[in-house]
Amino acid sequence: MNNAPGPTIIMDTRSTTTRSVRFSINGVARDATIETCVTLLDLLREEFGLTGTKKGCDHGQCGACTVLIDGKRINSCLVLAVSRDGAEITTIEGIGSPDKRHPVQEAFIRHDALQCGYCTPGQICSAIGLISEGRARTREEIREAMSGNLCRCGAYIGIVDAIEEVLVALRGKPVP
Amino acid sequence: MDHDSAFTGKDISRIDGPPKVEGRAKYAGEHHVPDLLHAAIVPASIARGRVTLIDTAAAMQFPGIVAIITHKNRPWLWPFGFLYKDLAGPPGKPFRPLYDDRVHFSGQPVALVVASTYEAARDGAALVRVSYAPEDHLTDLARSTAFKPRRNRLGVAPAPHPTGDAPRALAQAPIKIEATYTTAAENHHPMELFATTVAWGERSVTVYDKTQSPKSVELFLKVAFRLFRRKVRVVSSFVGGAFGLGLRPQQSVFLAVMAAKALKRSVRLVVPRDHMFALGYRANAIQTVCLGADMDGRLRAIRHKAIAATSQYEDAQDPLVNFSASLYGCDNVELSYELARLDTVSPCDMRAPGAATGMFALECAMDELAYAANIDPLALRFANYTQSDQSEKRPFSSKALRECYLEGAAHFGWERRRSAPRSMRKGKELIGFGMATGAWEAAMAPVPARAKVSLLADGRFEVTSSITDIGTGTYTILSQLAADALGAPMDRIVVRLGDSALPFNPIQGGSWTAATTGSAVEAACKKLKKLILSRARQAGIVGNREGAELLSAAALVDLSHLSGRDDICATATIFNVPFGKKYTGVTHSVVFAEVRIDEDLPVVRVTRLVCAVAAGRILNPKTARSQIIGACVMGIGKALYEDAAVDHNLGRCMAHSLADYHVASNADVYDIDVIFVDETDDKVSPIGVKGLGEIGSVAVAPAIANAIYHATGQRMRDLPITIDRLLQA
Repeated sequence: MNNAPGPTIIMDTRSTTTRSVRFSINGVARDATIETCVTLLDLLREEFGLTGTKKGCDHGQCGACTVLIDGKRINSCLVLAVSRDGAEITTIEGIGSPDKRHPVQEAFIRHDALQCGYCTPGQICSAIGLISEGRARTREEIREAMSGNLCRCGAYIGIVDAIEEVLVALRGKPVP
Repeated sequence: MDHDSAFTGKDISRIDGPPKVEGRAKYAGEHHVPDLLHAAIVPASIARGRVTLIDTAAAMQFPGIVAIITHKNRPWLWPFGFLYKDLAGPPGKPFRPLYDDRVHFSGQPVALVVASTYEAARDGAALVRVSYAPEDHLTDLARSTAFKPRRNRLGVAPAPHPTGDAPRALAQAPIKIEATYTTAAENHHPMELFATTVAWGERSVTVYDKTQSPKSVELFLKVAFRLFRRKVRVVSSFVGGAFGLGLRPQQSVFLAVMAAKALKRSVRLVVPRDHMFALGYRANAIQTVCLGADMDGRLRAIRHKAIAATSQYEDAQDPLVNFSASLYGCDNVELSYELARLDTVSPCDMRAPGAATGMFALECAMDELAYAANIDPLALRFANYTQSDQSEKRPFSSKALRECYLEGAAHFGWERRRSAPRSMRKGKELIGFGMATGAWEAAMAPVPARAKVSLLADGRFEVTSSITDIGTGTYTILSQLAADALGAPMDRIVVRLGDSALPFNPIQGGSWTAATTGSAVEAACKKLKKLILSRARQAGIVGNREGAELLSAAALVDLSHLSGRDDICATATIFNVPFGKKYTGVTHSVVFAEVRIDEDLPVVRVTRLVCAVAAGRILNPKTARSQIIGACVMGIGKALYEDAAVDHNLGRCMAHSLADYHVASNADVYDIDVIFVDETDDKVSPIGVKGLGEIGSVAVAPAIANAIYHATGQRMRDLPITIDRLLQA
């Protein structure tokens, strides 16, 4: 809480530092001049209007803001945008194409791996990151490695089913 | 009842899946509005008292700050509390943010910082210094005085009157158990933060809000902020979960609209996760259940007393003890439901409100009785099975609970259970099997609901209603119902929901929506079908053949061109014609749980859940199954993790984030199987639907607690059942 008894917050109320950044977002070069305190999540949502990436906690605890930076899944709310200047970022808007959805997106629909849909973009980005990491082989490993992405609707079983199906299709053999 | 069902009853993927998996679905805080200001809440740091001074000097100098609104400089508000009532509010005086200097609960908004950017508003809010004159607060339920609510909450049945003579029957019963159960306060924590985007205009105001009732919010805003001359439209076409927290107009919409009105600017307010703890909670409760039975387990008496938390300003009420009167056959029943005031925000209905708490106590007590009488817990349920509601002396509209017991037990493998506690194990893990019964009121919304169906120029049909889809599958089931009623394929049905400009629907809650709005949609489609046939005959497009199939898409396009725009449409209103006093409508469930518990460090894993549900007609088994699974996941959280514990010294919730307040994660969830047993009900609603939103949650926590007893021999009567509590038991 802001007004809890304790040391006074010391903040320089006068200066704001801005910096120019350039990202490749979903294959498109995007420039912005931003304050250094702006997170990648807020940059995507407020500046670039890419609201497919969700804000669920702003503390790296729910995973709704998961995007892929240089192919790796990461909580964009924990990344100061200026710290990843020049990075290649993929958000849910860049997954699949307008006429052909990504196999993970299709599997999510088929297995009803969503209800309200708010955690879904983060789940899908996380799942794609997980698959490319190549570590998860069993259902138990999928569950463990997907536990950074909370789903309050409780669609976890569908989420694991969907990811398992994509993994099986990639490997051509069932997941133990 | 005959249901033509090319689509209803089938596994159909949700139609809102594509926009959601592609990131196109827009939630309340995501709509683009030009010249938008951002707002941030300054929360109170005391639980009770007065604000003496708000020093905004430092904050006002922060770059980007536009205004800081407090109770001193806020726009005019009505002095009458009743003008801030809403469709789902309990008796009492509704909380009005920034109304005066009184602090009712820790975290209460005491100032609103409005700035040109989100970051400036957030950081500016941290610079507002607030001084208080604190007063003694009370946040401990055990220390608060219980009282019977003077006025009942509209739409919530009060605790049923006593039947028979419970004290006497208890005194004479050969077997008697009595125990006290406590349940922690829980927070809803939908993944989407509460958010409101207000697009302010001179003639019209569009409010994108996270709510379970756009219509209720529209009515509230018009009265609360005197927006009678402006057109107010509340849009919530996608809602990122709510679980009850969006039943009433939330602090976010109140504050955002207040700021927009004061500044004549468009404003967005996104509530941060730590503030989500101060929006509402499932009331914590202390319950005592006393059961008396014959040697064969037949119940002679039930006494169930509950004390639940409420705030200082409202009497929040839920059907907590009600199902104890009707679930089992018993001649002597005595129930009591009391409230106790705490210096907290008002409790707010959370999935299966009341029932999930009350049934935890009743169903754990039934398990204790089973052991006291040396009877299998499932056999005890059969011994007390009733086909009629004894408390109201009338039959159930339908009751396939017996089938839930039988099919659930067979699927789960209940017969493999050895009765004695600590009698099953694998390696270092103790294994426990437990079960519990669930019940929830099957009803239609208590106010009329409307739906409109129109023939579009391209030959498709558009179904519209103000009701939301909070992840329940409402878009999909309405589309299925319309397709079947019109005899058209689903790809020719367009559904638009979550907009107060669309036909009136009350609230997405109480498991009413499928039965209520679904019935309205079906009725509107039937009217439209008749209209189209008569118009087609007039236009000579189709002959007079009785029972003619609905026209082809091409013919419908011709027809729509012959008529004016938006001319061929039908609206239907469904009045809740309760089946009067003739029947009781209840949805039933049974949960069977398997837990595995490490013997040294008692980490509980819920390795299997089987939930068998009797909910009348199931419109879409695929989305219905997801709803029940999700409710079971929330039930695991209730049983093992979720605790909005308060530091009574500070009067403040100790958890501030999803790290402090654990909701079940993927790794916490193993196998969950759902069974829908056959149940036909032609009385509960015109379309035979009972509703599924709540029932999946009700029986999960007691089934897990009973399984933990079976595994460990430790009777855990306080939720959540955490590792430390198991170690201390």
